[in-house]
Amino acid sequence: MIDYSQKIPNNVDLSHDKRLQRALEKWQPDYIDWWRSMGPTDFNEKEIYLRTAVSVEKNGWAQFDYVQMPDYRWGIFLQPAEAGRTIGFGDHQGQEAWQEVPGEYRNWLRRLIVTQADTEPASVEQQRLLGHTAPSLYDLRNLFQVNVEEGRHLWAMVYLLHSYFGRDGREEASELLERRSGNADHPRILGTFNEPCEDWLSFFCFAMFTDRDGKFQLLSLAESGFDPLARTCRFMLTEEAHHLFVGQTGVGRVIKRTAELLAEGKDPREEGAIPFEVIQKYIHFWCSSSNDLYGAEVSSNGANFFRSGIKGRAYEDRYEDHQALNDSYEITQVEGGRLTTEEVPLRNAMNEVLRDEFVKDNLKGVEYWNRIVEKAGLEYRFRLPHRRFNRSIGVYANHHFDLDGNIIDAAAFEAKKHEWLPTDEDREYVKSLMQKVTEQGKYAAWISPPPKGVNGQPIDFEYVRL
Amino acid sequence: MAATAAPAPITSFQTSPTEYKHWTLTVEGDIATLLMHVQLEEGQGDNYELKLNSYDLGVDIELNDAIQRLRFEHPEVRTVVITGGLDRVFCAGANIMMLRSSSHAFKVNFCKYTNETRLAIEDASEHSNKRFLAALNGTASGGGYELAIACDEILLVDDRNSAVSYPEVPLLGVLPGTGGLTRITDKRKLRRDRCDVFSTIAEGIKGKRALEWGLIDALAPLSQWEDKVTEMSRRMADELPERAADGVSLEKIERSGDDDNWNYEYVTCEIDASSRTAELTITAPEACPKDADAARAEASSWWILRAMRELDDALLNLRINRLDVSLVLLRAKGSVETLQTTDALLAADGNWFVEETRHLVRRTLKRVDNSAKSFYAVADQGTSFTGTFLELALACDRIYLLNDPDFPVEVGVTTANGGIFPMANGISRLETRFLGTPEAVTAVLEKSGETLDADTADELGLATYAPDELDWEDELRLAIEERASFSPDALTGMESNLRFAGPETMETKIFGRLSAWQNWIFQRPNAVGERGALQCYGTPNSPEFNYDRT
Repeated sequence: MIDYSQKIPNNVDLSHDKRLQRALEKWQPDYIDWWRSMGPTDFNEKEIYLRTAVSVEKNGWAQFDYVQMPDYRWGIFLQPAEAGRTIGFGDHQGQEAWQEVPGEYRNWLRRLIVTQADTEPASVEQQRLLGHTAPSLYDLRNLFQVNVEEGRHLWAMVYLLHSYFGRDGREEASELLERRSGNADHPRILGTFNEPCEDWLSFFCFAMFTDRDGKFQLLSLAESGFDPLARTCRFMLTEEAHHLFVGQTGVGRVIKRTAELLAEGKDPREEGAIPFEVIQKYIHFWCSSSNDLYGAEVSSNGANFFRSGIKGRAYEDRYEDHQALNDSYEITQVEGGRLTTEEVPLRNAMNEVLRDEFVKDNLKGVEYWNRIVEKAGLEYRFRLPHRRFNRSIGVYANHHFDLDGNIIDAAAFEAKKHEWLPTDEDREYVKSLMQKVTEQGKYAAWISPPPKGVNGQPIDFEYVRL
Repeated sequence: MAATAAPAPITSFQTSPTEYKHWTLTVEGDIATLLMHVQLEEGQGDNYELKLNSYDLGVDIELNDAIQRLRFEHPEVRTVVITGGLDRVFCAGANIMMLRSSSHAFKVNFCKYTNETRLAIEDASEHSNKRFLAALNGTASGGGYELAIACDEILLVDDRNSAVSYPEVPLLGVLPGTGGLTRITDKRKLRRDRCDVFSTIAEGIKGKRALEWGLIDALAPLSQWEDKVTEMSRRMADELPERAADGVSLEKIERSGDDDNWNYEYVTCEIDASSRTAELTITAPEACPKDADAARAEASSWWILRAMRELDDALLNLRINRLDVSLVLLRAKGSVETLQTTDALLAADGNWFVEETRHLVRRTLKRVDNSAKSFYAVADQGTSFTGTFLELALACDRIYLLNDPDFPVEVGVTTANGGIFPMANGISRLETRFLGTPEAVTAVLEKSGETLDADTADELGLATYAPDELDWEDELRLAIEERASFSPDALTGMESNLRFAGPETMETKIFGRLSAWQNWIFQRPNAVGERGALQCYGTPNSPEFNYDRT
């Protein structure tokens, strides 16, 4: 008999929940098998200085200690229930929040949860070999922290599937461990999560942009009328913030290193650092790929999810009108090779509303990077590509745009592509820099050390015992 | 809210592979591939986009054309692979925005046509030495899966994500009405409780369970996809006898005239809008090929093939473009000898081209059976309802036969009336007509090869009314005026009940049960009211149902 409260920290009364126990008895060993084969395999025996959430209390969510990753205590935590919570938007606004899945929305909810859940193990898979080329122990530890927390987010979603969706939910939970990022036969659901993430610049960009999609998806699901989902996502957001921190500061430290070299009049390439232009191309790639994750600009699903009260807008409480029934949203479309605008009902534009927040948030990150450049006394400025640039999903897919969102023809795009997106040579160059640095306090030549360490520890702390 | 009762779209039913927008037909040896890649902006209406390989009438007209051409132009093809050209999506079914913005009449006609096309796939499988493989390279929902189950075998990609589904009931408040609810029970023979579950899960069923339940026949992972498609299509082809690649190209049907007067080579149609009547006339030429080789040499100019394709085109145009026409007065003219010679050819086996033509005649006759117009066969002087043309008369709701010794009218029986053109119910029109008196069928068929005077024809039960010259004009006028005055809905309902006496088949169930229910639902506020599910789909509004069961 397994002592669940010990093995699986939780605040969902797991030790008395027979149904959940039964489901986890089957799933948990499969999960560990998955982690052992698809996680950061070669570091499973190492001791990592990790943060574990053991309760939702103030001191409980961040306990630091050395852990071997397969023994990490993946827990199930929901933000404590809010008494008398009501649904905050859509057609059911003002009604009591659902504690059980409403039958009429069961399929939609399941799909939302599965799609969200699928991204969590996907990113662990995408990043599984990065440990071999970490620029420092500090970064190696951060990578693993992100990995185990993505794992925990999978647990959080699986908890919902197991607890609220019966047999179908259990099957979906199993399939989450069967799909594989980039696998030709059974890829992950969303395209971005099948992109290879083979170098650390890609990893930082992923954590900056792709995880930021995660943040906004979680924010909108945190509004859900299905209370367990809302509470789960609220708790996940605290961890997601750390991933974004890793991304934003990671790219920032790469920029800082190059900026310092440039300020000293040195050629970054000769010093084994990454030129601004290459960093900028990586930003274009990952930002545009992540833009796709919000889905089509005009979406029936988006309208359905909003009206039914299962997925709201990020920061729904900042809006005055939670019905979104009478307003419209102006979408720029492509018609006959030209850009035109079309008014669509606001509810059908919910994906775009969420993408707006994403773009705004990204801009702050870019400003942060540009302050680093500015501080070094350099003219260069980083930028975001326009949301229309390089899209595979939605109204801009199958058309070509420049970085400012102007429509151009395929030939013009091809001619400029190498200036806008990473070329094979760029990728080869970045990869060539990826050499493992494992000496305490040492950092690779292409990245500057962080200003401070983790949990008050110094930057030369032994974050991983190799 | 989208406008309903959009003006009747002017649709042409003639196309050819080089003009296809939404399909690509490729033939390699004895295997053909029909690749579906619906063009977003190339729908017939401009108020919808054909997203995710969803289809409108234009897409289906191309599919129908492709199936037809494969039968005539590629007798060597033994397997037809129907697959999708989009990533992760096979076909999302009929376009919902198109349905929503269509009038009730258009919806009904659209569904009827798509049903006929699905049946044409099965018909080709049964009669034309072809097997159809639905190679579902991604999710097949609604009409997408209905297209798949019209095929002989279904292969689904196993990417842990792609599913087959009927989202109509849970998402749209309508039915999978393109044969969906009929084939799942009667063709694939799934258990009814599983059908019930499947038909209410919007996102459908994927992978292993779809296979276990019999929704599909095989699964293949992405990496083995091409191999599996090749292997299955090869195996299916090898199960059939080989045929030479001596196809007959189907030349285009030409129509001249104006909106109310349609002139083809063998068919004319004159519409009188004020009386809501069309005079449809088909004429047999004086000369015709005497044997199969001669017929084959004439290829798609062989008169009966061309005449029937013209008739088919006229019927489809009457359905879609002339909703105002309520009654069709059908006349058959021309050489009795030509009909007798041609019928003898059509009835004989042994030449694939002739057999294929026979099947086309049969399908065209079924178009009459399935058209929501009243049909009167008008056998007055100069007509020659013989054999295949007599079948046309028997397909009509009534037969008016001029019976006057001073104005002789003859009716001819040939082998064509003995069952080579079975109806949807699986039996001949004579058998259907004389369901309670099978001896009457025998009596008529005993006259095979003969021409009968009006008296004899009337005695044999072939005429509804047989007035003489003095009464003729008035009888006919009254019958026309009376008919045109009745409720068109009641007439459609009455006719489709009376036309299909006798046994039930999957086909009669599709048109008689599934379509009827669908058409009822299409009229109900729960589907098409301001807050009906079909009306609300894709809008910010949720449907509001009247939950009373009817």
